[in-house]
Amino acid sequence: MSEPVISIRGLRKSYGDAEAVRGIDLEVERGEVFAFLGPNGAGKTTTVEILEGYRKRSAGEVRVLGEDPEHGDRRWRERIGIVLQSCRLDPYLTVRESLGLYAGYYQAPRPIDETIELVGLGDKADARARSLSGGQQRRLDVGMALIGDPELLFLDEPTTGFDPSARRQAWETIAGLRELGKTVFLTTHYMDEAQRLADRVTIIAKGEIVARGTPEDLGDRESRPARISYREDGREVALETTTPVKTLNELTGRALAEGRELEGLEVARPSLEDVYLELTGQ
Amino acid sequence: MSLVLHQFRYDQKAFWRNPASVFFTVGFPVILLLIFATVFGSQTVEVRGGIKTTTYYVPAIITLSVISATMQSLAMSLVIAREDGRLKRGRGTPMPPWVFIAGRIGNSIVVALLMLALIAAIGDLAYGVGFPWGRLPDILLSLLVGTAAFCCLGIALTAAIPSQDAAAPIVNALLLPLYFLSGVFIPDDQLPSGVIHFADAFPIRHFFESFFDAYVPGGAGVSWDNLAVVAIWGAVGAFLAIRYFRWTPRSG
Repeated sequence: MSEPVISIRGLRKSYGDAEAVRGIDLEVERGEVFAFLGPNGAGKTTTVEILEGYRKRSAGEVRVLGEDPEHGDRRWRERIGIVLQSCRLDPYLTVRESLGLYAGYYQAPRPIDETIELVGLGDKADARARSLSGGQQRRLDVGMALIGDPELLFLDEPTTGFDPSARRQAWETIAGLRELGKTVFLTTHYMDEAQRLADRVTIIAKGEIVARGTPEDLGDRESRPARISYREDGREVALETTTPVKTLNELTGRALAEGRELEGLEVARPSLEDVYLELTGQ
Repeated sequence: MSLVLHQFRYDQKAFWRNPASVFFTVGFPVILLLIFATVFGSQTVEVRGGIKTTTYYVPAIITLSVISATMQSLAMSLVIAREDGRLKRGRGTPMPPWVFIAGRIGNSIVVALLMLALIAAIGDLAYGVGFPWGRLPDILLSLLVGTAAFCCLGIALTAAIPSQDAAAPIVNALLLPLYFLSGVFIPDDQLPSGVIHFADAFPIRHFFESFFDAYVPGGAGVSWDNLAVVAIWGAVGAFLAIRYFRWTPRSG
């Protein structure tokens, strides 16, 4: 087992009396897309900015690529790429120039044209940043973070405020990173984004981790009660059961014996969205 | 060093493509010179024993151009880059942060030199205000001290500007009145002495005086005490810049 790319033990961060991060532990393995999911103000950006070396922590152990980000030197910065939550590009530089500018900051940058293709801006290579749509600007953002050919990429809420088609485009770009073998640390407050992109999801709420797992088994969705609902004499009946097969059998057996229908019969597992909202107390 | 050149090349591109920066740092001083020369051209200014108005305004407008290319342009462009998140983003790369500032300072120096050449050429060709080649070292020394000082002051000023929208009003509110009071817009002989005393507290007047002395016929050449005041202001600016400059956006 190789050393984790990111490891955090007992991380805390306070701003005055307010504690934004209250003792979290997590590990991110090489090559995975890790989603850090939580509502606004849960402590996501604080955490990611500590990992990126922008903020100092109040307590705890943090290792990113084997180093403490607070003392990350140039060599360490060569190995990470950062897409900030909100960052506008230089409006007067073209896509190729923006990438050229950033390529100059690194010892061994990726080829510029290849990176342009990678983020799907081939037909916009000579367009100035100001003429790009929001989704295209975000993809250029990702390209600029990739230009140094980093091992680890941080994406802080990459699609917040996007319309559905821009989100889809950004998602395709991020999904493509997995094929490059990059480790990706993604923060988001969109359940579907985490579900769509991540190998593993950790949910943070009010500065504490409330759940972790793969998108499929997150929050023990499989073992949670199923909800059965139908209409009887015009009123809604709903019941929750951990043994849906047995309960359903009894219900339908009785209805059959009495010769009536169970109108509007539905059996539902809690959706990821339900689990997420419950866990984050929204 | 090659990294600074790299940064500078891209800063130059972005500068010349930005219509606002080109207009205010290059076009505006030229327009001012044309206006002043047209309106007051036939008069004489009672300084240094009486000189042509145009002879007065050429070094005056070069003074304004240098301050505009350094203090004004740096303060505005750094605040915009800071609030865009571009300074913060640059800090996330292996580039040492000072390279970014050095590239912008390089940009300011080049534009300031270019404006010296442009305004001096217009003065010579259109108004017969000859360029004092014999005093070139004095002129360049004065320009060097002024450029350095006003770059430092521009970087320091960013700390007092909270947002992109506030950049232009704050910079103009500081500079425009001082141009008037320091004799850049209105010749010295028309200003009450109280006004000049007031302006003497600030660096623009001293920079103008030292540059003027180096430029006009009958001037004293290098004006060390004026340059010293400009340098002290620059040092204060450098101290404030190092102490208070921030890389992360203030808003949001």
